[in-house]
Amino acid sequence: MSARRRSAAQLAGRFSAELGMLLAALVFAFPFYVFLSVALKTPADLAASPLSFPTDPALGNFAEAWQRGDLGQAMGNSVVVTALAVALLVGTGSIAAYALARRASRLSYGVYLLFLLGLMIPLQLGMVPLYQLMRDADLLQTYTSLIIFEVGHQLPLVVFLYAGFLRALPADYEEAARVDGAGTLRAFGSIVFPLLRPITGTVVILTSINVWNDFLTPLLYVGGSAQQTLPVAIFAFRGEFASQWQIIFAGMGIAIVPILLVYFLLQKYIIRGFASGLKG
Amino acid sequence: MTTVLDRATASRADDPGPRRRRGRRAVVPYALIVPALLFYAVVVLYPTVAGGVYAFTDWNGRRAATFVGLDNFVQLGTDPAPRSALANTLLIAVSTTLLQTLLGLALALALHTSLVSRNVLRTLFFAPALLPPVIIGFLWQYVLTPSGPMNDALSAVGLGALTQNWLGDPSIALASVIGVIIWQNAGLTMVIYLAGLQGVPEELLEAAAIDGAGRWQRLRRVTLPLLVPATTIAMSLTLIGSLKLFDQVYVMTGGGPGYATETLSVVMYKEAFVSGRYGYSTAIALVLTMIVFAFAFVQLRGLRRFEVDA
Repeated sequence: MSARRRSAAQLAGRFSAELGMLLAALVFAFPFYVFLSVALKTPADLAASPLSFPTDPALGNFAEAWQRGDLGQAMGNSVVVTALAVALLVGTGSIAAYALARRASRLSYGVYLLFLLGLMIPLQLGMVPLYQLMRDADLLQTYTSLIIFEVGHQLPLVVFLYAGFLRALPADYEEAARVDGAGTLRAFGSIVFPLLRPITGTVVILTSINVWNDFLTPLLYVGGSAQQTLPVAIFAFRGEFASQWQIIFAGMGIAIVPILLVYFLLQKYIIRGFASGLKG
Repeated sequence: MTTVLDRATASRADDPGPRRRRGRRAVVPYALIVPALLFYAVVVLYPTVAGGVYAFTDWNGRRAATFVGLDNFVQLGTDPAPRSALANTLLIAVSTTLLQTLLGLALALALHTSLVSRNVLRTLFFAPALLPPVIIGFLWQYVLTPSGPMNDALSAVGLGALTQNWLGDPSIALASVIGVIIWQNAGLTMVIYLAGLQGVPEELLEAAAIDGAGRWQRLRRVTLPLLVPATTIAMSLTLIGSLKLFDQVYVMTGGGPGYATETLSVVMYKEAFVSGRYGYSTAIALVLTMIVFAFAFVQLRGLRRFEVDA
């Protein structure tokens, strides 16, 4: 009797916990509901019933946003900048961390700390001098300026992640390779780098998202040019369409589709990447 | 992020591994650091040092800069925009860090259970953290318009008395901004805590239960002390991120109404790239830098006292 009563109470407890969380989730998801429903409404529909879900989805909003906002161009720019920056980050960051982790000298430790300092320094302090530097080198409104910036800006995180992983990785394999006569670069490329795959995954996930979403510096360097990335294009788009919210939301929807797709496909790795990466 | 520095020191001290084995290994050349160091020097080191110098000049990009001593900082103390920005930035940082940590912890504790819906909810709560802050800013700008969905929804569920001009009323605009930031990033804190919870040994909780500890006591005496490292990471990230807050504020309110939501990053940007007062704007950035370092130092000191071993 008492056992049955307890299990009934447990069941009720579980049920109310489940219900409570679902309720919290509904409140939390409300802006997403607004996002989707506004993107699918006609202006008349939006004015008449702002909260209801559209009965006749206005898919034309997406076509209009895509064409008038030149979002295809912006998305291509974002892909180019993100891919090249992430490739450079993995290349330069992993090999630098390798040297820093394998040399146990005061110098290598000092350089490592110098990199880590970059995790704290606000980019605002160097923002104007760096802008001037890019302008004097005639690099404004080019992919190059953005890629250089993103690589330098994200390197502290990348070096930190790779160095932490490398310190826990035994040096035996690469030593064996070197005994067999392989040079440093060959030993790194064929032995060490493949062993870094788990942390390379984390690095790619974190830096891709950071670079893809970045706004302030891209606004300064490539704003208003044909090279502008998605967040900058969306910012301009908002100004241009002022109060045509259904077009703005359709445009923003297009801009987040790539992120959401990757998130749903790789969410286990992404969540793990964030948790383990940030944990260090 | 000082945790990071701190851990680096700790792991070097405890682990003599590399040094011990150095004798029988060919040395990895320092040259491998050069490409990374070059990028880092151009993008971070040189501009930061240059900025640190320009903060004490009247540089405006048109004529040669002259040293003006502490003039920029004195002016900063009397100008209304940077003064509000300073107060707002501190308020945003402290309240975001505390509230987001609590909310993230609550979400993690709720989802670290056998709830049927836990995977779906985890995916949902974390999603905003991955999206561009610019888009989150515009989304909420619309949601919070006076005749927008937030007020409509409140009226629809009988809470019409709570409707507000969320971003237009100077007395609550800052609170609205803080709410948006927490909505976007609480999932990140949750994910960090979920990873931390996996490191809490089940046997320890069972042993405590056998000794008669209730649910609350197990949480307070076993789980929470073991989550201090996760708390340090989550709080450092949130703190440093919220001190530098720019994107969402810039697109949602532009710092207004009046100076109600100005942050140091937003004021700095306007002074530099709208008004062209490079020296003055860099002085604002230097203040921001000092605050980041001071907070990181204090926080690390404060939290380390609570750390225990599993």
